[in-house]
Amino acid sequence: MLVEKIMKTDVQTLPPTATIAEALKLLQKHRIRHIPITDAKKQVIGIVSDRDVRDASPSIFSEGSEQEALQNEIQTIMSQPVVSTHPLDFVEEIASIFYDEEFACLPVVSNNRLIGIITEKDMLQTLIQLTGTNLQSSHIEIKAPHKPGILPEVASIFGKRKTNITSVLVYPYDDDPHYKILVFRIQTMNPLPVIEDLREAGYELLWPNDQMGSTS
Amino acid sequence: MTCTPSFIFSDAYLTYHFNADHPFNQKRVVLAKELLEAANTLEENDIIEPRLATDEELELFHDKAFIQAVKKAGSGQLAEDEGMEYGLGTEDTPMFANMHEASSYLVGGSLNAVDAVLEGNSTHALNLGGGLHHGFKRKASGFCIYNDAAVAIKYIRQKYNAKVLYVDTDAHHGDGVQWAFYEDPNVCTLSIHETGRYLFPGTGHVNERGIKSGHGYSFNIPIDAFTEDASFLQVYESAFREICAYFKPDVIVTQNGADAHAYDPLTHLCATMSIYEKIPVLAHEMAHQYCGGKWIALGGGGYDIWRVVPRAWAQIWNVMKTGQPKQGNIPDAWLRKWQPKAPVTLPQTWHDDPHVVPTIPRKAEITEKNAKFLLTALKYAQTKQS
Repeated sequence: MLVEKIMKTDVQTLPPTATIAEALKLLQKHRIRHIPITDAKKQVIGIVSDRDVRDASPSIFSEGSEQEALQNEIQTIMSQPVVSTHPLDFVEEIASIFYDEEFACLPVVSNNRLIGIITEKDMLQTLIQLTGTNLQSSHIEIKAPHKPGILPEVASIFGKRKTNITSVLVYPYDDDPHYKILVFRIQTMNPLPVIEDLREAGYELLWPNDQMGSTS
Repeated sequence: MTCTPSFIFSDAYLTYHFNADHPFNQKRVVLAKELLEAANTLEENDIIEPRLATDEELELFHDKAFIQAVKKAGSGQLAEDEGMEYGLGTEDTPMFANMHEASSYLVGGSLNAVDAVLEGNSTHALNLGGGLHHGFKRKASGFCIYNDAAVAIKYIRQKYNAKVLYVDTDAHHGDGVQWAFYEDPNVCTLSIHETGRYLFPGTGHVNERGIKSGHGYSFNIPIDAFTEDASFLQVYESAFREICAYFKPDVIVTQNGADAHAYDPLTHLCATMSIYEKIPVLAHEMAHQYCGGKWIALGGGGYDIWRVVPRAWAQIWNVMKTGQPKQGNIPDAWLRKWQPKAPVTLPQTWHDDPHVVPTIPRKAEITEKNAKFLLTALKYAQTKQS
């Protein structure tokens, strides 16, 4: 999935000369946590987070002269240079940037101009969609040998039962490189026929379908 | 306590039939009814016939376009890809002849149950043909076409303006009903179900609490796969009692799916008949304590149609009629009639031998997790009360 598919294009920005008070107001009004700072050509020259603004704001216990701090220009506290992303980057890459850099927002820049913004929340929403847990479905996990041709073999069992697959995930099986866990979310309330077919074909089903129960 | 309950039934319920291989089988209702007749708790004059719900009534919850599609599907005029948009023609809800009429009877049964109770003619009413809680506004799903529970509750709101507590103990999340009243503070929903991590429909997280003015009026307690009687009942009893104290309903609607039993082929819960004795006993007690007895019980899921569902559903009626679940032996007459037709050995007693449950690894952990979810789910009910 590409960044341009999930980015927000309605971005709240401020010029570098805006005051900290304006930033505070903007953060509260739109309930956002980051503001890119752009110049007249829409180039991103800095970014401020709600924490930067709060750190620069006077204590709620202080009165009088300290309130002037709010009149300082935003460019005095903005972070730079700014790590940004491109609309054609992948969502997976964004996830590793968030993880490595320990921040939660990236401006999306194309031809040196700000065209969107992507946050940790957008990324999580995408991950939820990738797992398919947001749709009505049943969930089946299979331990399968890690070798070519296994996925279509398993998937054909679902196909034969005309069971629609909502999502497929493949992840490592503990530390054993010879196996993978295949996770299928399927669009049915009755996974029983498929489960029986999978067992019959010799695949190892994982919790909770590995417990035979007392049904027979 | 002498109650005058009504039992909604007609052979027309058997017409809600997808195909011979489909796990949803309304023969369950007949098996339960005949078990009650054999046990002498159900008499001719307890029975009310269902009516056909009108389009206008269905539209209390469903979209016109969806109802039209169901009608077309029932007369073989709905194209396959046209049906997909409405969830019609899938493996779960295949099209079948006259499906609109068959589904409308189930809804009309629940409406008759509502009228019987809210007009004061019956203390309680039981519609085992209903409880189709996965039906959506414009989509059939999870073996359900029209959502009789959602239509009946809308009907209660509109016609009687009563506050409704909906309690769903089906092993699957009562998603269709929950979403129907997600913004409504006058309808409180409680669903106790196997966690959606593995099981259809996947929703019913503890943090689904309702939105806007309905926030705080949806309760979900997802319980772990392989949950047994004691843990199930702990969750059910505490949640039901506390939510009644918090919401103070005028009428209680229960969805009594019977698929949390260890024998049920579609779910991973491990209850025995013990929960199906206590589920109606508490509903009965709460209805009398808060609602002057007003209680409407519906059927729902239940896929071991021979060994589990008839007994589980019959106990609801036993409690409505006599205040107590039945004990002892299953009537001979019923066994004699049905054993030759059953592919499994029918149970001889109302109660289950505890050995029907296999030994479950991680039992203590499962119990602990369920108790934790119970606390999280009830967090708001407790603060609002104090």
